[in-house]
Amino acid sequence: MDRLKMLEKEGLLKSRQGSRAVGKFLQNKLAVLGLMVFAVILLASVFAPLITKYDPAMIDLRSRLSPPSWQHLFGTDKLGRDVFARVLYGGRISILVGFGGALGAALVGVSLGTYAGYKGGWLDRILLRVSEIFMAFPQIILVLLLVSILGQSLWNLLVIFTITGWGSVYRMTRSQMLSIREEEYVQALKAFGLSDALIAYKHMLPNALGPIMVNLTLSTAMFILEETALSFLGLGVPLHIPTWGNILNAAQDLTILQEAWWIWVPVGIVISAFVLSINFIGDGLRDAVDPTQQG
Amino acid sequence: MHKNSEVLLKIRNAQTYFPVQKGLLKRTVGHVRAVDKVSLNVYWGETLGLVGESGCGKTTLGKSILQLVPVTGGEFIYNFDGEEKDLRKLSKEEMMQARKRLQIVFQDPYSSLNPSFTIFGSLQDPLKKFGVKSKEERKRIIGDLLEAVNLHRDYMYRYPHEFSGGQRQRIGIARALSLQPELVICDEAVSALDVSIQAQVLNLLLELKEKHQLTYIFISHDLSVVEYMSDRIAVMYLGKIVELAQAEDLFANALHPYTQALLSAIPVAEVGRKRKRIVLEGNVPSPVNPPPGCAFHPRCPYAMEVCKSRVPELKTYVLDGKEHQVACHLAADKVGAPAKSRQAEVDSNATN
Ligand SMILES: Nc1ncnc2c1ncn2[C@@H]1O[C@H](COP(=O)(O)OP(=O)(O)OP(=O)(O)O)[C@@H](O)[C@H]1O
Ligand code: SF4
Ligand SMILES: [Mg+2]
Repeated sequence: MDRLKMLEKEGLLKSRQGSRAVGKFLQNKLAVLGLMVFAVILLASVFAPLITKYDPAMIDLRSRLSPPSWQHLFGTDKLGRDVFARVLYGGRISILVGFGGALGAALVGVSLGTYAGYKGGWLDRILLRVSEIFMAFPQIILVLLLVSILGQSLWNLLVIFTITGWGSVYRMTRSQMLSIREEEYVQALKAFGLSDALIAYKHMLPNALGPIMVNLTLSTAMFILEETALSFLGLGVPLHIPTWGNILNAAQDLTILQEAWWIWVPVGIVISAFVLSINFIGDGLRDAVDPTQQG
Repeated sequence: MHKNSEVLLKIRNAQTYFPVQKGLLKRTVGHVRAVDKVSLNVYWGETLGLVGESGCGKTTLGKSILQLVPVTGGEFIYNFDGEEKDLRKLSKEEMMQARKRLQIVFQDPYSSLNPSFTIFGSLQDPLKKFGVKSKEERKRIIGDLLEAVNLHRDYMYRYPHEFSGGQRQRIGIARALSLQPELVICDEAVSALDVSIQAQVLNLLLELKEKHQLTYIFISHDLSVVEYMSDRIAVMYLGKIVELAQAEDLFANALHPYTQALLSAIPVAEVGRKRKRIVLEGNVPSPVNPPPGCAFHPRCPYAMEVCKSRVPELKTYVLDGKEHQVACHLAADKVGAPAKSRQAEVDSNATN
């Protein structure tokens, strides 16, 4: 008890508002289910070496295209690589790309949106137009452009997701800041002559974070799907690196599509389950942080 | 006539207009004249009450003094220990130093504290900025401030949601006092509180004023609260001051029909005077297109032809040896000609 008081004094304990949001989130059954599915897939990917003894890149030409068995849970692909291992290891890259892209977009969008939303004026007007242009720019052309200049790589995808994704984060952050800047505590800080950056980033941003976190989760899901789509088209991560998209890429081959369902059905299910679980989490978070629904 | 006749702040012709924008291109189609040619003096050590209906520009005038909104025109001449300077013409560095002297207490106790920070977290940055480098020292100062507003010093480790409205308002007052200001603008500082708590906070404000030798501009739409607090009272209507007098004089002898209507709306028991209630007809006109002439004429029971075309100037009259400013064409009929000497001074300030 004393320890608790001390923590409270040091300001280490989360505010009660925070724990109320957690409570609200936990009441949402779909969100909790999503969280569990998400955790299982994430942990399985991260700890892949502990779960499967196969190397996802190990070619075994003697057991090509073998259907699921106790030996190979999800069977093997054209080159005899273990599909289960590839799905696990592939998850690492796919999740990294999705989350990294969302984080990159959030970093750019939030840092610009926080300042411009607080200051307003010409800076905000210009950035608003620029963000519109970026959001309207056809992604596929950007991809083709970067791939032809730099070649296929994981970094390309991160850059592309950041470029195409920051606009919506910017718009959301700035609209949050626009409403927060009318709060009287912001006026009080201004009356002390504190610097704009200090007021915007330190004092206001924490109160805008709720919706930003929701956006971060939802765009992670979106970018995972985009990685899958781009890799399927052969424009994403280089084929020799296993990712969920690259595994699906094999299904372009008609014989595999028709006769080796185990190569694309399990990974398809994993992708859907993961993306769906993130969306459930995002929805749960949105309800939990929505101040209009606090009771 | 004033407790202390030294002027702390001279406002001359202050104008704060907000552009009204329309359409995709954000074309400016007009202006909200939130503060329109306001001239008044704030004397050192006094409490100047500021009353008027919602939307008449009280908050904007307060924020204009603090330069928290872009001011359109006019002068805000502040007396910096004998040296008079226009707040609008200060350098960035000078303005930063000036901010120590000018503070504000807000109306809404729920939006006036940052929900993400403890009280210490909210209050420490201004202290840091103005040179209190050690954390221990900041803790000591904030603890002292909380005690000065009758709160426990350990409350600094709590979050705003752990406090009641009255406690939050005290914290807002403590924050305003943290850099030892001279002029504190109390913008509806008790309006959001229960009546029983209002009295506590008002008395606290009076006590602090005595102790720290503060000057207040006390903004409220509640005339009885303003009467309790103020030495002088200014009445605002649609961005303009329409009457300004000593509190007792204003209550005993209101000259402007708008002030008379406001006074008549106070429940009789509270004031202890018998009055016939004057009910104002119509709504407050839009400050974007204020009526020509006297802005009050569409609602004024005494409106004459001249009121529709000529703007009545704020003139100073001397009644029983005391100054009384009013902007109404009828005033001279009631109390005789305006005081020449004072009028000249106000006119020269008001007509450029
Ligand atoms: N930032 C702003 N932008 C545009 N118009 C504004 C702004 N702030 C205030 N106004 C307008 O200026 C006028 C005066 O508003 P102000 O808040 O100063 O009134 P008030 O007397 O304080 O009212 P209340 O008693 O409701 O607080 C109103 O018409 C208001 O709509
Ligand atoms: S100037 Fe005319 S309209 Fe205005 S308050 Fe006086 S009498 Fe009424
Ligand atoms: Mg106001």
